Amino acid sequence: MTPINHRPTRRAFLAGSAGLVLAMHLPTRGRAQGTPAAALNGDFAPNAFVRIAPDDSVTVLVKHIEIGQGANTGLPILVAEELDADWSQMRAEQAPADASLYINTAFGIQGTGGSTGLSNSYMTMRTAGATARAMLVSTAAVEWDVPEDEITVTKGVITHAGAGKSSGFGAFVDAAALRPVPAGVPLKDPSQFTLIGGEGVTRLDSAAKSTGAAQFTIDVFREGMQVVAMIHPPKFGGTVASFDAAAALEIAGVEAVRQVPSGIAVYAANTYAAFKGRDAVNVEWDDSAAETRSSDEIARTFAEAARHPAKLVAEAGDVDTALSDAAQVIEADYLFPYLAHAAMEPLDGVIELRDDGAEVWAGEQIPTISQQTMAGVLGIAPPGIEIHTMYAGGSFGRRATPDSHFAAELANVAKAAGPGAYKLIYTRENDMRAGYYRPLTAHHLKAGLDADGNITAWTNTVANQSIIDGTPFSMMMKDGLDATSYEGSNDLPYAMPASRLSWAQMQAGVPVLWWRSVGHTHTAYAVETFLDQVLLAAGRDPVEGRLALMRDDRPRDAAVLTRVAEMADWSGPGTGNRRLGVAVVRSFGTYVAQIAEVEDRGGMPHVTRVWCAVDCGLAVTPDVVRAQMEGGIGFGLGTLLHDEITLDEGGTVRQSNYDNYPMLRIGEMPKIEVSILNSGAEPTGVGEPGTPPIAPAVSNAWRALTGKMPYRLPYAAGSV
Amino acid sequence: MPLLWALRDELRLTGTKFGCGVAQCGACTVLLDGMSRRSCVTPIGTLEGADVRTIEDLDGPEAKAVQAAWVDINVPQCGFCQSGQVVSATALLRELPKPTDEDIDNAMAGNICRCATYARIRQAIRQASDALEG
Repeated sequence: MTPINHRPTRRAFLAGSAGLVLAMHLPTRGRAQGTPAAALNGDFAPNAFVRIAPDDSVTVLVKHIEIGQGANTGLPILVAEELDADWSQMRAEQAPADASLYINTAFGIQGTGGSTGLSNSYMTMRTAGATARAMLVSTAAVEWDVPEDEITVTKGVITHAGAGKSSGFGAFVDAAALRPVPAGVPLKDPSQFTLIGGEGVTRLDSAAKSTGAAQFTIDVFREGMQVVAMIHPPKFGGTVASFDAAAALEIAGVEAVRQVPSGIAVYAANTYAAFKGRDAVNVEWDDSAAETRSSDEIARTFAEAARHPAKLVAEAGDVDTALSDAAQVIEADYLFPYLAHAAMEPLDGVIELRDDGAEVWAGEQIPTISQQTMAGVLGIAPPGIEIHTMYAGGSFGRRATPDSHFAAELANVAKAAGPGAYKLIYTRENDMRAGYYRPLTAHHLKAGLDADGNITAWTNTVANQSIIDGTPFSMMMKDGLDATSYEGSNDLPYAMPASRLSWAQMQAGVPVLWWRSVGHTHTAYAVETFLDQVLLAAGRDPVEGRLALMRDDRPRDAAVLTRVAEMADWSGPGTGNRRLGVAVVRSFGTYVAQIAEVEDRGGMPHVTRVWCAVDCGLAVTPDVVRAQMEGGIGFGLGTLLHDEITLDEGGTVRQSNYDNYPMLRIGEMPKIEVSILNSGAEPTGVGEPGTPPIAPAVSNAWRALTGKMPYRLPYAAGSV
Repeated sequence: MPLLWALRDELRLTGTKFGCGVAQCGACTVLLDGMSRRSCVTPIGTLEGADVRTIEDLDGPEAKAVQAAWVDINVPQCGFCQSGQVVSATALLRELPKPTDEDIDNAMAGNICRCATYARIRQAIRQASDALEG
């Protein structure tokens, strides 16, 4: 039987062969449209998060996919804390696709993204743990015939000292299953936390990921399964005109070649044959509807648009008068390339199609949208498609596609071949050339200074494609504005007497997508390097100058900046062969300041050290916070130095693999020191916020070192 | 057929991962006669009589020390590259029990970690080295 109770129930504990399931009614908030009326009017929806087995193990059903960010550790810690469990008895299991149980309260759908996993789970998972504890205690009280309030629970052991009784959780699971669910169980005061905020926590997935035992989608094998490789149109928007599979079908192991809506699918007995067959099919393409511009041409169009009036996002003060009255006006144009996510596990999925339904194994950040998409393709009701969420070998946003294009392709591959099991796996070249890139973006910034060097006006125009327009997420747009295109350019921590932000929504046939920290990937760079330029022009210190500009209502920005300056012993950018650069960015509710120490190595920056101060509210797992800052820094640094996706004349993607889209390697990784500030706020996410500050910090140091600022990224593109 | 696909598809030893297919990423690293090799570009026809060790089959004090340090320091994030990292680190410590930071960077240069866990990889290798000495 399935170990998880999928149906709403008024009973709290359900005894079963797998132990106990705690299915509860818990309040949720922030419900979006499309949810049942009861959820909108009442405040209750069913949740199922905790399973306690007779062997004392406590399994937390984790509603967020583990993509490296630590969901399978962070959510169990919240439960274990309130349950007073021992960390060694905790297990994590990915929750199935079921939005009625596993909603992300920040989105209103089941999904992982926007660095919301921990924050939207903070109260829910603690309540789940506290409620389970209360029920175990009341069960023990009855069985031992002692008052509940004399019972203690410590590290997974329930004790009544007076009666000389003690027991693990497992002994009470059957009896606890029959008890009613208590409502309003009090949670601990944070001062009582023993696990939350503590050190020495081993991630629940560390061992499996150090021994090769962790199961990713690529590791799923089903009886009689065929491996499927794809041939996609070389230009975005191209379609198949005709194809000749004769040579491919002669390759040993190649079993069939079929046309599907997204291209040509090669079915084979194993991956090697599928990949060989992929190379042997001759396809004629119809490019009549394809994007045929080069990325240079697209970039010129976008850059031009950024220099012209565009849709107003926000305005304060009299910008035009301030600019015309300015003693000095400084301008800068920035250009950011398309970027691939390049997660190390290429996109893949396994589907087993039966006459009456389908079972799917995949690493999906928005599993229920994928479920609906596949249901539509296959003509099956969504509940007939069971999704098993596997460990994903990185994502960085790539496995959260609003159009579920990969899930649709997986379903189409199965539909074209009929009932059976299929593993669809992209080659690295497929993965890199499939689009869904960080949008190519142009910024045009302008600042007015008075005779004393004070900023009197600040304007920024951003030009790029919208990520969400035309997708199910377009409901997030207001007044035709997609905030993911320019987030981080508005609501700056700096007090500007007059400011204006505009956005030019651009069109191109290249699919775009969120990429670790989304709009902040480019806005942080434009804002924080341009501000440095302006401070430099006014003869001000980068740290002191920023602090002097900070708004009174942004103390957390100032606090992380002050802390990082202390960590780096900041007294200016320095002299000699190594210089320092600074940046401070708030993203996804988390405040991060970084200082990079940079030297010139063969005309490219080499970053020797990075100091990082982060305020993410309560740090539930400090080691995971540090890990995400370290990883976010490396991710941003490699991209700054090396990476761009370009389209050649005619519109084909030039890059194909890690040799021409290089990743940061170990010799380029700086030493990193992370300091976590506890501001007392509720926890906010850390998966993305470590990335935005590093690129501007490095370039600010590079300017101090060389006098040059790269306005077009990456460094490897040679603009510096 | 490359060793990688023989291991994964035929023997179902799935700890060895596919990342690039062209010896650029190191996710497919195995030990071949004790040396680290990229299994994605190693044809099985060349392996007659060779000793192949995958992550599932690593043994010896170096491998144990490396894996213990990996867990203790919580090196993995997404984890996809870590089999290859652990195999390369094991090969390094067998060759050089007391590697310098430069030795570590050189030996691990062929293993990409997209999550950029490199700082912890260095730390874990040093810890494993110390543990082997102690």
